[in-house]
Amino acid sequence: MSAAALTDSFLERAPLALRDWVVNFLPAPLQWLGHHLITIIAVLAVFGTFFAFTTIAERKLLARLQNRLGPNRSGLPWIKGLTLFGLSQPFADAIKTLTKEDIVPAAADKCLHFLAPVIVVAFSLMTFAVLPFGRHLIPVELDAALLYFFAAGAATELAIFMAGWSSRNKYSLLAAMRALAQLISYELPLILSVVPIVLVTSTLSTQNIVLAQGGWTFGFLPHWFVFTPWGFPAFIIFLVAALAESNRSPFDLPEAESELIAGHLTEYSGFKYALFFMAEYFGLTALSGLGVTLFLGGWQAPIAALQFIPSYAWFMLKLIGMLVFFIWIRGTLLRLRIDQLTRLAWQFLVPLALLNVGNAAFWILTASWSGPLQLIRWAISLAIIVIPFILLGRTLTAGYAPRTYRYAP
Amino acid sequence: MNPFTPSAPTPFASAPGPTVRAVHDEFHGDLLEVSMGPQHPSTHGVFRMVATLDGEQLVKLKPVFGYLHRNHEKIAENTTYLGSMPYTDRLDYLCSMSTNWAYALAVERLAGQAVPERAQYLRIIMAELTRLVNHSCLVGFLFNDLGTSFTPLLYAFREREKIIDLFESLSGSRMMCNYQRFGGCRVDPTPEWLAAAQQLVDNFPRFLDEYERMLTGNEIMLARTQGVGRLDATHAINAGITGPVLRASGVDYDLRKVDAYGFYAQFDFRVPLGAHGDTYDRYMMRILEMRESVKILQQAFKRLPAGPIMDPKAKLRGFRPKAGEAYGRLEGPKGELGFFLISDGSPNPYRYRVRPPSLINLTLLEEMCLGHTIADAVVILGSIDIVLGEVDR
Repeated sequence: MSAAALTDSFLERAPLALRDWVVNFLPAPLQWLGHHLITIIAVLAVFGTFFAFTTIAERKLLARLQNRLGPNRSGLPWIKGLTLFGLSQPFADAIKTLTKEDIVPAAADKCLHFLAPVIVVAFSLMTFAVLPFGRHLIPVELDAALLYFFAAGAATELAIFMAGWSSRNKYSLLAAMRALAQLISYELPLILSVVPIVLVTSTLSTQNIVLAQGGWTFGFLPHWFVFTPWGFPAFIIFLVAALAESNRSPFDLPEAESELIAGHLTEYSGFKYALFFMAEYFGLTALSGLGVTLFLGGWQAPIAALQFIPSYAWFMLKLIGMLVFFIWIRGTLLRLRIDQLTRLAWQFLVPLALLNVGNAAFWILTASWSGPLQLIRWAISLAIIVIPFILLGRTLTAGYAPRTYRYAP
Repeated sequence: MNPFTPSAPTPFASAPGPTVRAVHDEFHGDLLEVSMGPQHPSTHGVFRMVATLDGEQLVKLKPVFGYLHRNHEKIAENTTYLGSMPYTDRLDYLCSMSTNWAYALAVERLAGQAVPERAQYLRIIMAELTRLVNHSCLVGFLFNDLGTSFTPLLYAFREREKIIDLFESLSGSRMMCNYQRFGGCRVDPTPEWLAAAQQLVDNFPRFLDEYERMLTGNEIMLARTQGVGRLDATHAINAGITGPVLRASGVDYDLRKVDAYGFYAQFDFRVPLGAHGDTYDRYMMRILEMRESVKILQQAFKRLPAGPIMDPKAKLRGFRPKAGEAYGRLEGPKGELGFFLISDGSPNPYRYRVRPPSLINLTLLEEMCLGHTIADAVVILGSIDIVLGEVDR
């Protein structure tokens, strides 16, 4: 089979073919509308289900990390003894939260209190529009896709501020202040970590960035950006900033349970709470998807021989891998304090990300080096990032070390 | 340059009345008063802190307690001596074995009651197992306050569960053991029980090693706890603080050495001492004390003599000690736990008073917290180790 046939197999084109088949039933003037509606419905359905199963996966994985079993009882109604390993738990949760009473505090700003969960879900869903899920699967082909993604992603934090402010609750207010501090601190390293990729690929389109990562050396070494001396540090910075952007442990300060009860969610219940919960997972999924797109080759197969598996399957596999990593982090780490959080961003991540932009520039300048010069290129590029990493890391943890203790005579 | 050091040093002065700030202009806005608790995930029960915040920083903190007041002392004065024993379980509900012992110690001193050798060893075994339960739980809860999603706590609970199962098979109850009696213990453990306990104790250091490997060197943990909530030795002594919190400040005061009650004088163990008196030292005191407890337990299992577990002369029903007073105290897992009793020769104590280490250790909370952020206040409270059943009584 030729390469073209491989990459354009029936399975690869199946989702598009299905859409075109449905759209053809519509009258010609309405076909553009059907085209877009089907895309929107598909994204909502796929990632809605994905969200449901992410919650159960998170609960089960966390439970395993914590020496527990996790939810394993919920089965199907009317069938006794069928438990399905608790896989129907998200549906039970959904019914429970949707039927709960919606309580709005008497002193709350009712309009903002209602708007916040709507906005947070809307914006986190909007980020999915520019993610290339497969070779032919991208909801909107935007030239400025990256800019669009970060703009929509940052707006969700504003919704969190709205929620905290409108609840008229002191814990929520503190959470809102923390959310804003976190937003301002971590947008910068997040965007700076992506700049090297824009420099190297000279495009802002996510689909083109994925295409730039195609190809293999010897058929098994993929040309993903994470395997370059400037891409790997960028990926790490991106991961840390993504954790902070999606308010997950160890940066879950806005909803720090042990300090602020539930932070900005304290005064939310029922459906609105479920919306926030959903938006949090959508945000996490979208950021993971962006990480996969930018650094892990997007929908590209890791080995040339595995190209027969459709591209969207590879995207989903990588996405699940990223989510599992985030869940693992949540089960392991403890929370930073707000001053440590901002210092980590401004004194460590931002300088490193800036240096990394220079690193990428060096990589572009030396693109013509080959043979033994290639080794020198790698060494210099690694030195540019590793030495500041060690030095900055030392200042960050200076004065902190495990202690030895004396015993009473 | 150290980016993780808190921006302001801890001032050791909290003036009564309204807090006055040096700066008050349009940039530094109003203070925010947050009432944390009594319903709050990390006040360890129904404790309440009225915290005044400048941004995230604490400028004033008022502890409020009494939500769990159960009239413990008055009830005990209206009950027989033996009748109060189950009530003492409910004081520090994590460590009922040592609370029982402290009460038994006071009554035995009041009545001049002797305790057989085997019972003394059993008491030490129970008290040290209780210390393991308390310290492992405390460390787990401390990490929860530090923001882990329950993982260290559940690993600690795994070990606690094993010890509590042992307590249940011995005394019939997991937490409210009601095990000690005046002049001995209530039940004699079987050889199988002792073998199971021995095995548990032998495996316990593995849990501690695992725990320390995971958490003690963690950079976030170090940055969150080192230098946070400093308590100097003078303040600690003046406030009457005892237990691991006092020893973390570097004061060598362990009643097991000072009083050598029970048979502790015959055991070989060391008392770890901190140097900085911060949250990290308080955490490490617990870890190191657990290692020493394991040593004590292993010696106790080796030397446990045969014999009766109750003094034959001990009288439980119709027990009327001569008129007089006595104070019995021991090194509980949280500090000096004492019972003061006055007898007028009747079946009930005339006066019954508890010296609860949790309450007294809590008194310096504001001094430890001022200047730190609200997130640190939660951690400092967690490192003091309080149980509200004992604070409020």
